Amino acid sequence: MTSVASSRGSLPMSRIRPGRIVSWTLLFIGGIIMVTPLLFMLSTSLKDASQVYDLRVIPAAPTLDNYIEILGDGRFTRWLINSTIVAVIVTLSNVFFDSLVGYTLAKFRFRGRYIVFIAILSTLMIPTEMLVLPWYLMASRFGWLDSYWGIMFPGMMTAFGTFLMKQFFESVPDDFLEAARIDGLNEFTIWWKIAMPLVTPALSALAIFTFLGNWTAFFWPLIVTTSAELYTLPVGLSSFAVEQSIQWEKIMTGASIATLPTLVIFLFLQRYIVRGVMLAGLKG
Amino acid sequence: MSVIAHQQVAAGGLWSRMSLGQKQRIWAWGFLAVPLLFYVVIRFWPTFQAFYLSVTDWTITRPAAFVGLENYKRLLADALFWQVFRNTFLYLILGTPISLLISFTVAYYLDRVRFMHSFIRALYFLPFLTTAAAMAWVWRWFYQPVPIGVINDILASFGIPQQPFLRSTTQALPAVLAPAVWAGLGFQIIIFLAGLRAIPVTYYEAARIDGLSEGAILRRITIPLLKPTLVFLVVFSSIGFLRIFDQVYNINTNDPGGPLNSTKPLVLMIYQTAFSSYEMGYAAAQTVVLFVILLVISLVQLRIMRDR
Repeated sequence: MTSVASSRGSLPMSRIRPGRIVSWTLLFIGGIIMVTPLLFMLSTSLKDASQVYDLRVIPAAPTLDNYIEILGDGRFTRWLINSTIVAVIVTLSNVFFDSLVGYTLAKFRFRGRYIVFIAILSTLMIPTEMLVLPWYLMASRFGWLDSYWGIMFPGMMTAFGTFLMKQFFESVPDDFLEAARIDGLNEFTIWWKIAMPLVTPALSALAIFTFLGNWTAFFWPLIVTTSAELYTLPVGLSSFAVEQSIQWEKIMTGASIATLPTLVIFLFLQRYIVRGVMLAGLKG
Repeated sequence: MSVIAHQQVAAGGLWSRMSLGQKQRIWAWGFLAVPLLFYVVIRFWPTFQAFYLSVTDWTITRPAAFVGLENYKRLLADALFWQVFRNTFLYLILGTPISLLISFTVAYYLDRVRFMHSFIRALYFLPFLTTAAAMAWVWRWFYQPVPIGVINDILASFGIPQQPFLRSTTQALPAVLAPAVWAGLGFQIIIFLAGLRAIPVTYYEAARIDGLSEGAILRRITIPLLKPTLVFLVVFSSIGFLRIFDQVYNINTNDPGGPLNSTKPLVLMIYQTAFSSYEMGYAAAQTVVLFVILLVISLVQLRIMRDR
């Protein structure tokens, strides 16, 4: 129990053995293989059409022409904007409502609380695919097809997020909330100003997951959008080469543009994202 | 209850005179009002509607009429359905063990690595952050014949004959599965790492004092203590493979699920029945079948893992 490693709960390893070097090397090679598709995608996006068949990872004459052309063609920029709008709004909605409901179920005592919790949790058993047809019917009846609201409405709240937030709010001490009550704050302010700051790790995990999930979402946006102006990036990408013969360097540029935002976010928030995945995996 | 009683004593004054329990109840239902409306309209009602639609002959043009179990009978007699059923389970029984085996092996060794730990972890995790629609293009390009296809180029340099990959009815399904496994590994590795770290280090120390070999420690301590993590990942990834769609649709946009339906999973069949043939009632019956499969799989797996 004296070693530092005990705080991490992992194996204390003091000696460097040959086996260790071999396993490190294999892990490293495996990691490089994992990112190979990403490297090829990025490198091809920096090549012009004549270099595509040259499979070197470092382009002989790197060029940003593909990016200029793709982003200059208004459609792609539009898809980028659509994806951003949808992912941001849905994320804000989830952070607000999931934590509000999670907080209410964790911290209020009232009759029906358990039933509400079970009812919300039970929706986790229903696969999205089953709801898609009724949603489509609903959207067409209310004129939501081919609109931002149509893309967003099914995901505005999730049972997963609610469950995650409830778990975390349960660990917030009641004394804090009572103290605020004594100070005369109303319940909404107590939640927003006192309880929410205490669960920021969970909030960031929820935000990251929701954003990533909506940024990469394909099935529902594919169904609900029909005009190219409302496509999200993934839907736009899948329609990309149907109309033109496959130009790999252009496609790889489009794929890069769809992928880079999440990779850049990861580089800045790596610690939070990894911790968030762990939190969600263990609690959720 | 005790919270409220305590509060009434502690707070005194204004709050105690206003019946705090009642006030709290009003706040609680006020907070839940909009979310409950959402869950009723966007989750519960559509669930019942999906079951109802599955016993109707609804198409886009024609209003729904009750047809009983006609859709289900038709499904059982549909050769395409059985092909799709087989494909879906192939994704599951290949994808889940392969991905869990790889991710556990990586996590097990990565857990002991200090040098550049977070960098190596990041390498494995990055594919998880990608968009399936984008990555399908990359993999599709890899699978092309020479001179463009990267994999065939590598094979050729070793003198191995060209492989058809996506053009072959036998190779296409594994070729579609590979990117799905690839993209999911990072998530599983992170979860395994979290599980491994939750095992108290004293267990290992005790085992080592008792002279257990590394293999015995793995079998007798690590894996049993990792069971909750394992249950979670098995269920999570099984559901993921049973619902596979994005990777399949995007890797062959000209003929999704092809060649000759050899890669078509259930969700793609649902999509095409509903939005290419516009047979909504028939598609709804397929979604109910998917729901039942997912339900059974999760219940069976939870039971198996609990008993062991």
